[in-house]
Amino acid sequence: MTDPSHDATVIPITAARSRSARAVPDPAVSDERLSEVLAFLRRRVTGDYDVDEFGFDAELTDKVLLEIIRPLYRHWFRVDVNGLGNVPAEGGALVVANHSGTLPLDALMLQVALHDEAHRAIRLLGADLVYRLPVLSQLSRKTGHTLACPEDADRLLRKGELVGVFPEGFKGVGKPFSERYKLQRFGRGGFVASAIEAGVPIVPCAIVGAEEIYPKLGDLRFLARTFGLPYLPITPLFPWLGPLGLLPLPSKWVIGFGEPIRTDEYDPAAADDPVTVFNLTDHIREIIQQQLNELRLRRGHAFPPFF
Amino acid sequence: MSHTVLVTGVARHIGARVASVLAADPEVDRVIGVDTVPPPSLGRDGGAPLSRIEFVRVDLRSPDIAQVITAADVDTVVHVSLVSSPAGSRVYMKEHNVIGTMQLLGACQRSGLVRRVVVRSTAAVYGSSPHDPAVFTEDAEPHEVPSHGYAKDAVEVEGYVRGFARRRPDVTVTTLRFANFMGPGVDSPLTRYFTQPVLPTVFGYDPRLQFVHEDDGVEVLRRVATEDHPGTYNVAGEGVLYLSQCVRRAGRLSLPIPSQAFRLLGDIARGTGVADFSPEQLRLLCHGRVVDIASLTAELGWQPKFTTQAAFDDFLRTRGLAGGVPDTLADWLSPSSWRAD
Repeated sequence: MTDPSHDATVIPITAARSRSARAVPDPAVSDERLSEVLAFLRRRVTGDYDVDEFGFDAELTDKVLLEIIRPLYRHWFRVDVNGLGNVPAEGGALVVANHSGTLPLDALMLQVALHDEAHRAIRLLGADLVYRLPVLSQLSRKTGHTLACPEDADRLLRKGELVGVFPEGFKGVGKPFSERYKLQRFGRGGFVASAIEAGVPIVPCAIVGAEEIYPKLGDLRFLARTFGLPYLPITPLFPWLGPLGLLPLPSKWVIGFGEPIRTDEYDPAAADDPVTVFNLTDHIREIIQQQLNELRLRRGHAFPPFF
Repeated sequence: MSHTVLVTGVARHIGARVASVLAADPEVDRVIGVDTVPPPSLGRDGGAPLSRIEFVRVDLRSPDIAQVITAADVDTVVHVSLVSSPAGSRVYMKEHNVIGTMQLLGACQRSGLVRRVVVRSTAAVYGSSPHDPAVFTEDAEPHEVPSHGYAKDAVEVEGYVRGFARRRPDVTVTTLRFANFMGPGVDSPLTRYFTQPVLPTVFGYDPRLQFVHEDDGVEVLRRVATEDHPGTYNVAGEGVLYLSQCVRRAGRLSLPIPSQAFRLLGDIARGTGVADFSPEQLRLLCHGRVVDIASLTAELGWQPKFTTQAAFDDFLRTRGLAGGVPDTLADWLSPSSWRAD
């Protein structure tokens, strides 16, 4: 953009010392960057930042936590996203996705995908186990998520937020490797009732790739029960390699968003009609299963560089 | 229409403020303040700001309160005398809160003149658990009903108030569930907590807290004491603060302690009377509590002046607590200090 020879004349000695042939940093820009970083740190240190009533700390999420998991998204899982046009640019909507992978990394990847590609903060509804556990509970709240209960879902949707659910819950994320890409039962359809009541569209979402990150071959049920966990998996690497077994396998991921299903044509009172809710739940489940089958076929092998 | 208002708990800060603001109201003829001890300003100098308040020394647990209500033709009762920390013993606190309310409501039920009853309750009735929604509305059914201390008393008190409202449908009954009070004159377990040099926190948990400024609390009480607003309402400042934010704003250091150890230390501290860490407070320090004030603002057509942040900042400013460690760090982090060298 500017003539490098001209740049060279204004570079102070300090910068010239670390002379490199590549783009020389503009002192004005780096100064601005520095003061931005300092202002950020100052806000954090003095507690001078806002969180919403659910505890969503947008600044911390964007500037720190997403930065940390982004390399995993870009370079480890090489996530491809398609059907982004189906995610509403604004207003309330409910993203319904399949859940898998033993550890819920799919939730994190979905969050990065929607943040980076659709510029929307997803507000996921999580299991109460998450909110019982130290560290995890506060990280979950600070990154914008909350407990899966009708009150919170309704409140977020009414505020025009993009809400995400994994209706399979533990049945999905903890299922054995042999059942990969087979959708489990979709809970009790509470999420459908919430969407109908708020009159927001439901966006079906298929996540392909999470099934292969920790292939669950067995379950240490006794130990799981002792620790109050829903399951304790045996994978090819865990527990054999100890903490190293927590390294997810680098499968190739695809996240696809399907055409939104409108719910505003229903009478809000239909949210109380179990038959309507169950039928719509089943319909959405079928759509996501179809999406999964298609995307999986299109992706091909789970570990492309190796096979 | 002129009023005779009875205010309970006038010896303590909020009660005294409510009584004096009602005494200044031209609509109100008489303000009768009751408590077991005289209000501090009355005791000291005869009470300049409280001059229009007639103080009657009554123990709410005794039936004497009925005589006061009949003798003075009381038509409005403002019951703010809920004790939140066991200054003496837990037994006394419970008797004062629960039996005292029963006596008071019994007297109101007998009286043919009482038209309006306002009861101060607390958002603590919602408890604090990982299974509850992030924001409580008034109709929320908490997962776990509080089983200890102040919060349990408040749940029981609210039960008696509902019973009273059922038996006397002609009386306007308002129950106010206040978030934690903050402000220059507030003395509560939480304000005492924030004045410690090092704040013990529960490792791995960062609760969302919500405060109501004392000025807003008094204003809400004044409004419901002088206008008809039947029902139960949450009262809090807009917005929330994480405990970690509070600690940083207060310029304190936090000391994260694992929850088991925290409980043990709390029991020891309580047993020896050093500090009052109840199981309820431990739960609050883990899971926090946030309430929805939409129905209050809709009913009153009024917004609290102080947000949660503003209320906390006002508390820090008036107590001279702001600054400390973060300020030093913040100075160090300002760009000018870096450019200088």
